[in-house]
Amino acid sequence: MSHSVALERITMSFGATKAVDDVSFTVEPGEFFSILGPSGCGKTTILRMVAGFLAPSAGRVLIGDRDMAGLGPNQRPTAMIFQSLALFPLMPVWENIAFGLEARGVPRAKRRRRADELLELIALPGYGDRKIAELSGGQKQRVAIARALAVEPEVLLLDEPLSALDLKLRQHMRAELRAIQKRTGVTFLYITHDQSEALAMSDRVAVMSAGVLQQVAAPRTLYEDPETPFVARFVGETNAIPGTVAHVADGIAALDTAHGRLSARAGRGVAAGRAATLYVRPEALGIAAADAPSALGARVERLDFEGAFGLLHAVTADGAAVLAALPSTTLGAAPAAGEAVRFAFAPRDAIALGAAQGEA
Amino acid sequence: MTDAVALPPPATPVRTPLATRAAAAIPKILFWIYVGAFFVYLFAPLVVMSAAAFNTSRFPTLTPWLGTTTDWFAQMADDAAMWRALWTSALVALGVVAIAVPVGTAAALVLTSLHARARSVLYALMVSPLLTPGVVIGIATLVLWRQIGVGGGLLLIVLAQASFISAYVMLMVAARLQRFDRTLEEAALGLGATKLMVFRRVLLPFLRPALLAAALLATLQSVENYNTTLFVRGFETPLTVYIATKVRTGLTPAVNALALVMIAITIAGALAWEIARRLEARRAATPS
Amino acid sequence: MGALTARFGAGLAGFFVLLVGFWLAGLVLAPNLMMIDFALRPNLLPADVGGPADVYSLDNLAYLAGEPVHRDIFFKTVWASALVMLATFVVCYPLAYWLAQTASPSAASLVVLALIVPFWINEVLRTLAWYILFAFRGPLNALLLGLGILDEPMRWYGDGGVLVGMVYAYILFMLFPIYNSIESLEKAQVEAARDLGASTWRIHTRIVIPHAKAGIATGCVFTFMLAAGSYVAPALLGAPGSRWFTQIIYNWFFEGGDWNRGAAYALVLLVLCLAVVLITLRVFRVSLTDVAK
Repeated sequence: MSHSVALERITMSFGATKAVDDVSFTVEPGEFFSILGPSGCGKTTILRMVAGFLAPSAGRVLIGDRDMAGLGPNQRPTAMIFQSLALFPLMPVWENIAFGLEARGVPRAKRRRRADELLELIALPGYGDRKIAELSGGQKQRVAIARALAVEPEVLLLDEPLSALDLKLRQHMRAELRAIQKRTGVTFLYITHDQSEALAMSDRVAVMSAGVLQQVAAPRTLYEDPETPFVARFVGETNAIPGTVAHVADGIAALDTAHGRLSARAGRGVAAGRAATLYVRPEALGIAAADAPSALGARVERLDFEGAFGLLHAVTADGAAVLAALPSTTLGAAPAAGEAVRFAFAPRDAIALGAAQGEA
Repeated sequence: MTDAVALPPPATPVRTPLATRAAAAIPKILFWIYVGAFFVYLFAPLVVMSAAAFNTSRFPTLTPWLGTTTDWFAQMADDAAMWRALWTSALVALGVVAIAVPVGTAAALVLTSLHARARSVLYALMVSPLLTPGVVIGIATLVLWRQIGVGGGLLLIVLAQASFISAYVMLMVAARLQRFDRTLEEAALGLGATKLMVFRRVLLPFLRPALLAAALLATLQSVENYNTTLFVRGFETPLTVYIATKVRTGLTPAVNALALVMIAITIAGALAWEIARRLEARRAATPS
Repeated sequence: MGALTARFGAGLAGFFVLLVGFWLAGLVLAPNLMMIDFALRPNLLPADVGGPADVYSLDNLAYLAGEPVHRDIFFKTVWASALVMLATFVVCYPLAYWLAQTASPSAASLVVLALIVPFWINEVLRTLAWYILFAFRGPLNALLLGLGILDEPMRWYGDGGVLVGMVYAYILFMLFPIYNSIESLEKAQVEAARDLGASTWRIHTRIVIPHAKAGIATGCVFTFMLAAGSYVAPALLGAPGSRWFTQIIYNWFFEGGDWNRGAAYALVLLVLCLAVVLITLRVFRVSLTDVAK
């Protein structure tokens, strides 16, 4: 089975700095694939290499198993949606949408017909002769999508297209993008620094940090089984407790920490006698019973009530912050600010990762 | 302009001595006298010149006023030499626009694609014709082409004028280019357009207003040029040269009639330009 | 070049480079180099060109240095142009400041429109207007006699007339650069300075003029260059005793018949103007990029 997009050992250097360092991954046909990472992590560079605006310093980009080396952006079966959308301000809506067809020499009447069809698809019928400046933010967004879809690309590249929208519209457009993707079956390669966006829309997510690919996985896997400390910290909230691995048995590692011996699933790079860090999600923490054998001791700073959850902010004796998300139903028994608290968690809900992996 | 003197008196009457108030008003009065003088200076010569077109006096003047007539306009319209001069100027302007607009546009585009150091050198070379006296441009063009056996005439007028008018075009196009969003070009390329199509469909339409303005400016600069033209004209007589020689060979109010017509065209053009600009601004301010 | 090809493709990029090359090499550099060549050669009969007498020398420049009348006219042109520049600045600065800082937007756009009209009328006509106004039995003398300011008509043609006509002709080259640069000054800065007790003089010398120096430098450079290279104003408004350097150059070409000497004189004028440009930019610490508006 052929891949929709394949990156083979891609490196991109700008002078002495490596914006992208030896990255490989594949995207399957019809997949909604996101690249997630903080700004400057190299995700935009990767997108521009796939689109053909940049040529990699080393490695190959394949689309539909064809090597793209030497092909310009106008020769690739991709279409890009830009962060600024880059709609042509001097052309009416329909000419924008039909621009790619114009480039392919499609006759005018046929272009117009196709543009009108796409306007139906994006629920803007009759907007063909409007000016771009007359559209609202969400309408521009949809025109940009239609313009990219008009050329029937094998892969649609999206460069944080929702970042300019306000929160409500952004959430609405997420659902819409996902629906369009399912309806058309086009492969989406989406880049964003917003993890909730990536987790909510994607089939799979690639997490990047400082030019290095950290992990490629389905959203739930990323959240539950992070492979690197970066992923554990970047995706969702987490509490990190450093320690040394005492022993590993049945996939459960026991760590000696400042809070005594704590257990968690053994993740990558965990071996007896080596340093490791235990990661546990706020919602996995509960108030420990008084006789619990091992627990995380801390002092409560404050409680933020958020509806379904209460966020309990605490600080350990060595000054590390601990965050626990407690269901509202249990808040009656929660300690008050200034009081001591002991947190417990099930080892299955925590993961230990080797510290040697190193934070980027 | 709200004038402090015109404000209603304060509730508790604080009496300022008249002398102090007068002293405070002096800079303001002086300023308005200056503004008045400035505009008298600016317009009095034009008014005098225009008005003289209606005086029956053979020499263009207001004093003495010998009687009102419009004969000079008829005489101007009958002046075949004037029409020939106008025709020559039009031909030259056409040639200059045909050269300077593409050249200046290309120069602005080349400039934006260069790195800082090379850019500043090339930029200096490109604006240098603007800092060169017009007579020098004319002379330099004349001596170069004489070596090839080409004397002064239409061709040299066009080339000499184009050498500095191209720089004006370059500046206007470069100013517009600075506001161009390069991602539009990437978007077009990404949709499969060839580089030629990107230029034709995306960049050129964006530059259009600047190109039209540049063509207009080039025309004006060309028609009104005298210093450069004087040296390369050969046996041609464009309008400015024609007017200047009239001063020697016998100035009559027919020249004033011509001047008045040109002033009227100018004012009409300036007003049309301003109205178009305001309409455009209003349209931009009210999206549906 | 690489970036140009990448952006426009080889064909279009090549066309652009060709156009620019034609302009800079053919219309700018070659003529000036040929003028220098002319300036350094003697004026010979066609038969002697290329012969033993056709050698490079500084004779044509030495002639200018040794000919007292021409030398005096040259220096007079230099200082008179500087005077035109200064007078134009003095006339324009207050109005530019008012337009940019205190005038209401609608008043400003109206005034700008009023200023542009005479600018669009060509220099010859503008000068001609003064020629008519200044005539011995012309309107200006009639007015001043009528008001009793003069007892008998005055001869305006001459140095004074040339100065007035030139200031008039180049006003906008000074006004608009200064106006544009003062316009970008935040109004609050002037208010803050006044609030801190600065006098009007101090506000201008310490806040406004330093901010507007690029515009002032631009205006000065252009006005000087235009004045020094002017031909119309001295020809129409001058008197036999007020000849301008450009008139001498013209005579070498079209009356004296010595193009080589004429080219040498033109070269001196060019060098003078470039020197003024460079010195002004250096003094004002302004780069050439700021000069273009």
